[in-house]
Amino acid sequence: MKRSRVLVAVVAASALVALAGCSSSGSNDGKTIKVAYQDFGTDLMAKFMAKAKAGFEKANPGEKVTLVPIKAAENDYYTKLSLMNRSASTAPDVLYEDTFLIRSDAQAGYLEPLDSYVNKWDEWSQFYDNAKDAGKGDDGKIYGVSMGTDTRALWYNKDIFAKAGLPADWKPKDWNDVLDAAKTIKDKVPGVTPINIFSGKAGGEASSMQGFEMLLYGASKDGLYDASSGKWITGSKAFTDSLDVLKEVYQGGLGPSQEITSDTNYQNIVTSQLIPQGKLAINLDGSWVAGTWQSTGDTNWPEWEKTMGVAPMPTQTGQEPGSISMSGGWTLSMGSKSKVKDEAWKFISYALNKANSLDFDISLSQIPVRKDVAADPAYAKSNPTSTFFASLVDVTKFRPATPDYSKISNGIQVAMESVMTGQQSPAEAAKAYDDTVVGIVGKDKTKSE
Amino acid sequence: MTSTIDAVAEGASGRGTSRPPRPERTARSRRVRRSVARTVPLIPAIGLLVVFLVGPILSSFYGSFTNSSLTGAAAASSEWVGLKNYIDLFNSPDFPVAVVLTLVFLIGSAVIGQNIVGMVLALLMRAGGRVVGAIVSTFVVGAWVLPEIVAAFASYAFFSQKGTLNAILAMVGITGPSWLFAFPMLAVILANTWRGAAFSMLVYSAALQEVPPEITEAAEVDGANGIKRFFLVTLPMIRRSISTNLMLITLQTLSVFTLIYVMTGGGPGNKSMTLPVLAYQEAFKFSELGYGTAIATILLLVGAVFAIVYVRALKTEVD
Repeated sequence: MKRSRVLVAVVAASALVALAGCSSSGSNDGKTIKVAYQDFGTDLMAKFMAKAKAGFEKANPGEKVTLVPIKAAENDYYTKLSLMNRSASTAPDVLYEDTFLIRSDAQAGYLEPLDSYVNKWDEWSQFYDNAKDAGKGDDGKIYGVSMGTDTRALWYNKDIFAKAGLPADWKPKDWNDVLDAAKTIKDKVPGVTPINIFSGKAGGEASSMQGFEMLLYGASKDGLYDASSGKWITGSKAFTDSLDVLKEVYQGGLGPSQEITSDTNYQNIVTSQLIPQGKLAINLDGSWVAGTWQSTGDTNWPEWEKTMGVAPMPTQTGQEPGSISMSGGWTLSMGSKSKVKDEAWKFISYALNKANSLDFDISLSQIPVRKDVAADPAYAKSNPTSTFFASLVDVTKFRPATPDYSKISNGIQVAMESVMTGQQSPAEAAKAYDDTVVGIVGKDKTKSE
Repeated sequence: MTSTIDAVAEGASGRGTSRPPRPERTARSRRVRRSVARTVPLIPAIGLLVVFLVGPILSSFYGSFTNSSLTGAAAASSEWVGLKNYIDLFNSPDFPVAVVLTLVFLIGSAVIGQNIVGMVLALLMRAGGRVVGAIVSTFVVGAWVLPEIVAAFASYAFFSQKGTLNAILAMVGITGPSWLFAFPMLAVILANTWRGAAFSMLVYSAALQEVPPEITEAAEVDGANGIKRFFLVTLPMIRRSISTNLMLITLQTLSVFTLIYVMTGGGPGNKSMTLPVLAYQEAFKFSELGYGTAIATILLLVGAVFAIVYVRALKTEVD
């Protein structure tokens, strides 16, 4: 009975939303552009969008931009966006889209191909080829214009390193170097968490990408997925080895406590509390985290420039190419159900022109995808780590962008969690992961390594 | 709603038959006309029920036979896949775990927790003074009045590692465990008991007031002690309230989602993954709407089975 009441409420609420959608799009003569984006954690994205709206409306009198901030963490953001995209009355005209969802959202018919627009855009040649590829769907059409990309590496606290007698210019050569440094810190600097490698279900995609895949792709060439044959990899030694590292970190008392790693706020606790408070020595994390500590960010911590060092994440035994990184990134895409496509394109090309891209890359600590932005001295000056993280683009890898990835990623998090809590040995957890993968994609879409 | 319709129909036909005999046709046509006329005011209500209750149930039922999805090719055009979702579900290792956890949650927090705590509170309040009763009921009803999301956050704050419970334990020198991590099911069961006990308490308080004091007094004169009086006199007299209450709290508890999702998110691992949380995860986290709907349909069936059992139990007692 309660259930039915909930259903009634849901239907009524969605009817209201639909009505609201009708009325707002009915009164604008097709000149209002609805822009949906994620506004969560920091307000950097909200500031960027507000500025783009103001500039666009000034440059195009008579046209209006309605911002639709979606206040939700990553997974919920994807869900809410998909739900909005399902109906013409709620679908946004312009949307902030994660590159790894472009293929499946393009297949779902949510996104409008942009080829006819970008081909006429004189600034399109400024974009790097891999950035153009990041917005491509399975059919080879362009479904999104890259805003920026990111890389991942080791952040370390030089003050704690000095206390532990470790070098200020730290360059670990393999996984053992990283773990040895963590053990030294555990022995010499009590009260400090030696290392954080995101792990477990509460960390969500951060666990899979910043944590596990940063290990796995440094131990095997194909990592999770063989793109040439379209098969997922099972029975991989690299998988078990990566879980071994987590066992050593979390069962060996080197990582954050279970209360932190099982908190849904895990990521924020690490970047806004543990690191600025000097309670964490090494953190395997993204290029963007410094954005939180900038004066424009949430946790203003100007000392970070002197305190924090960065080092590339080494491969397992230092094998070629010596270090590893993972990349993602976001695009602006156009909703296929939009009734104001030309205006939507005008907004996209305005929001991602040189000046705005530069502003986005600087304030959100992103790596530029435009040649003119990368060459701009203002970018290199903005952040002492920007040149370092941009250089990791040479060794970086991408996640398999198939619709099954989110389920596989969940399987990884389950394996991580059972190893870090000691419920399963790395070998057992890897076996359970293999079974999960076969269950998701079928035996014929997997291959044993 | 349905009972109102029945009552109206019964009233109409009952009166019709008691009338003195008249020519068959006019009487029947008049009866038909009258019952049609009496149905007219109900049409808006029936319409709403069909649109908002039957509609979603049918669409959920249909959806569970498709591969409907939030993203990917299946989102553009979903296909009929027959029983595939149900076959996958019954083969999935997560499903039996979720069913067992749902039953544990249901029995622990509703049938035992809310039901017994509510009864005990009602008995104590009847026995205690008026002031004590007023204070206690204010606190208990307070938990029930809170929106589910607020109650969920309050429970999270109570059970979390540095929460109220462990702070109290620390005062007496005990280091409490991380409740939500070490005993997730216990934590959500206690939280749901706390939140829902007020409802049972109110139902039972009302029922107990209806028990005529003469009967209890007569039993007392016959030499029955307090416990005997409760089990042999009071309980049988309020049996109908008990089964009504059990039905309501069972159906409420089966659909609890917010409380568990906020407190543990179904974790750690899948140690508190009940059917509603599993359905949410499959439908909205993994974008498999069809599969998630299949789980919701199973949940609907489980609820229907319980409802039928309780309704049957009620009916025999009325007769």
